[in-house]
Amino acid sequence: MPIATPANPALLDVSEVSKSFGSVAVLRSVSLQVTRGEVVTVIGPSGSGKTTLLRCVNFLESYDSGSIRIDGREVGFRDTGARQRRSERDLAKMRAETGMVFQSFNLFPHLTAAGNIMLGLRKVRGKSSTEARAIAEHWLGRVGLAHKADSLPAELSGGQQQRVGIARAVAMEPKILLLDEITSALDPELVGEVLEVVRSLAEDGMTMVMVTHEMAFARDASSRIVFMADGGVSAAGPPAEILGADIDNERLRSFLARFRASHF
Amino acid sequence: MLGQIAYALPFLAQGFAVTLWVSLLVVVLSLVAGVMMGVGLVYGPAPLRWAVRIFSDTIRGIPILVLIFFVYYGLPAVGLHLESFWAAVLALTLFKTAQVIEYLRGAVGSIPKGQSEAAMAIGLTFRQRLAYVIFPQAFRRFLPPWINGVTDAVKGSALVSLLGITDLMHAINQVIGRTYEAMPLYILGAVIYFAVNYALSLASRRLERRFSFIRE
Repeated sequence: MPIATPANPALLDVSEVSKSFGSVAVLRSVSLQVTRGEVVTVIGPSGSGKTTLLRCVNFLESYDSGSIRIDGREVGFRDTGARQRRSERDLAKMRAETGMVFQSFNLFPHLTAAGNIMLGLRKVRGKSSTEARAIAEHWLGRVGLAHKADSLPAELSGGQQQRVGIARAVAMEPKILLLDEITSALDPELVGEVLEVVRSLAEDGMTMVMVTHEMAFARDASSRIVFMADGGVSAAGPPAEILGADIDNERLRSFLARFRASHF
Repeated sequence: MLGQIAYALPFLAQGFAVTLWVSLLVVVLSLVAGVMMGVGLVYGPAPLRWAVRIFSDTIRGIPILVLIFFVYYGLPAVGLHLESFWAAVLALTLFKTAQVIEYLRGAVGSIPKGQSEAAMAIGLTFRQRLAYVIFPQAFRRFLPPWINGVTDAVKGSALVSLLGITDLMHAINQVIGRTYEAMPLYILGAVIYFAVNYALSLASRRLERRFSFIRE
């Protein structure tokens, strides 16, 4: 298991992050380090703060205390040390460093598959239309949708839409890819094609943090699994350890037992 | 009779030009102000949202005629003297702005939150998100009520005649005053207003069809 060391510092460093919605604490002093090339899977019961954690990493949500750094730079707050929110322009730049794939795809319905990918390349990365188109076509090819470049999202199946969603995120060459339950809204027969894409990205060395309920996939594809419960990290380790039978964590055992009962 | 009306046509045409000019000013000014304030209402900080909300609710609660008289006869009391033409344009613009704010809020509010988030996630700034993701989708929802509002603005512009501005309505009344041919002239006026508004409706339907590819 890669551990952050001075020679191999964490690419993503979440340190003691807490967040409440009103009086409900959703994140309680969460710490998590992810090094380059790692695939970290976050599992846990619903309401355990998995998705919120992911959304904090690209500052779709703010957090009350602690820090989240990518490549040493604080994500949502200024580098001055004072807890001062970054300017809109700065935030946008920081967000472009992470890619996010959503449970509900969130493709832009008025743009074609290629158009969805090109928007960020053109407006954020400053590529010309020709360059952006070439990159979009490359990534659509990678996710097996080269022939759908000019289709609108409404003309694509859920699995195809999600593959475009992944292509849109990785085309920006993010340092980290965040995957938020990306197969949960899909029909079971479409899950495989999407996971296949994620697997190939992992093989390419893309650093990923994913929230998923696909345990088999988590076991095969992750370098580390983090189990969250009640807004905190309850257990973390290599898949064999976390999903193994002799794990010494009562909450995790009962989560997995309940999970297996409902899925197999 | 027809001779008299034909004789008055250039005068009516001038009135019609004023009607179009007033309508155009009101439509353009209210579009700019309404969109900006509507964005403030949807995305702004709390104090701005309240300010826009109060503005919109107040203006929409006042009859347009009262608003016109208030601006023309009332504002001089606080030192703001406006020519009748500009007083009328201001009053109609305020009224229309409040409507545009609501159209914008409705149209933008109908776009799922995930669209903004996806746009944020690829690193678009607030303005870019509006320009490339939110507005293109909201446009189709905004258009039908707004075009309706434009036709209302053309019809409502007839109220400026009450401040003695020689628009189409006022011109017609003056010609009637000279010729006593009320019926034919009112019919002529109605036909002109109808022609303008019907053309607008047709254009609207065309535009809606053009943007219908966007999923509901």
